[in-house]
Amino acid sequence: MSLINYSSREINCKVVYYGCGLCGKTTNIKYIYSKVAPDAKGKLISLATELDRTLFFDFMPLDLGSIKGFKTRFHLYTVPGQVFYNASRKLILKGVDGVVFVADSQVERLDANMESIANLQENLAENGFNIETIPFVIQYNKRDLPNIASVDEMRAQLNKWGVPDFEAVAHQGYGVFETLKEVAKKVLKNLG
Amino acid sequence: MPENVNVFEDDFWSINEKLNELLKNTNALSVLLIDKAGQLITTAGDISQLDTTSFASLSAADFAATSQLAMLVGEKEFATLFHQGEKQNIYVASIEARVMLAVVFDQRTTLGLVRVRVKQTVAELIKLFQAIFSKLEGGPESGGQSQSPLGSDFASEAESELDNLFK
Repeated sequence: MSLINYSSREINCKVVYYGCGLCGKTTNIKYIYSKVAPDAKGKLISLATELDRTLFFDFMPLDLGSIKGFKTRFHLYTVPGQVFYNASRKLILKGVDGVVFVADSQVERLDANMESIANLQENLAENGFNIETIPFVIQYNKRDLPNIASVDEMRAQLNKWGVPDFEAVAHQGYGVFETLKEVAKKVLKNLG
Repeated sequence: MPENVNVFEDDFWSINEKLNELLKNTNALSVLLIDKAGQLITTAGDISQLDTTSFASLSAADFAATSQLAMLVGEKEFATLFHQGEKQNIYVASIEARVMLAVVFDQRTTLGLVRVRVKQTVAELIKLFQAIFSKLEGGPESGGQSQSPLGSDFASEAESELDNLFK
C-alpha cells in the first residue's frame, strides 16, 4: 500500500527486490546507492551477517523529486534469498507496491530461480497480492558469466506472465537503472 | 479538489493533535506514527537528531519480526515493544492492524508513565483510524488510492522525473 500523505504532500512507495540467494539483489541496491546524487537518497541500511549475506533486509530511500506538488519517494528493499529465511521474506512483502525479481543467469541456478519465483508468488498471495496484477519486472542478472542460460530459455521458465524483463550485470551497473525505472514507472502508473 | 482530500486533512490534524498531547503528557522526546509497511505517517516533538526514514523502516521490521515470535509461542501478537538504552529508550505500540506508534524518551520521564499514556492515546487513535478506514471503504471505489486527486497526467509527469533522476 503506497502511502499518500495529503497534508505533507508526500507519496511513499515500496519496491522489493526478490530472488534466490546470491543472485545480486543487494548488488543492485548498492549500485543504485553509489550512483544516485547525495541529496536524492537517504541512508543505506543493511541487516547482514558478518559474511555480507543479507540476514533480514537492505533498505534505501530514494527521492524522486516533486511530481505535481507531491514529494515522491521510493523505499527500496531486498529480501534475504536463502531458502530458510522465508518468514523474513514474507514480512518484507507487507505493503509492497512493486516487485523486481532478480534471476541468476547461471545454468546451475535455474532450479533455484524457479523455486524462488514460486515462493514469491506464494508469499505475495499470503500478503493479499496477485503476481499478475502487481507492478512486477524481471531482471536476468550475471550476463557476464560464462556458463549462462539464454534469455529465451530463462524467459520461458520464469516469465510466464510476459512482464517487462531486462538483462543485467549488476556489479557493473548494466541493466540496473533500466530495471528500477521500469518498476518505478509501473508503480506510479498505478497511483495516477 | 475532491472533498475526500479535505476530510483526510482534518483527520491528519486530529491525529497530530493526539500525538502532541501524548508528547506533552509524557514529557517524551518524540512520538512517531508509522505504517506497518515501514513508512512514516507523521511525528511530534524533536526529530532533528533522528533519521526518521530509517527509524520507520527498522521499527516496522522490528515489530513484524516480534509478531512472528509471538505466534511461535501461541500469542496473536505482542502489542507493545520496549527497548532500553543507557540514555534513550523506545516504546512501540500497535494501533489496529496497519499502524504503530513509537515513543522515544529519556530519563526525564518513566516507562510507567509512557505506558499508561500510550495506552490512552492508542485507544483514541484506534477510533480515529476506524473512522478513516470506514470512510475509505465507503468511497466510490474501495481502497482509497483510486480516489486519489493526483490527476491523469500524474503518470506522464512522473515518467519525466524518472528520466531526469536516472540520466
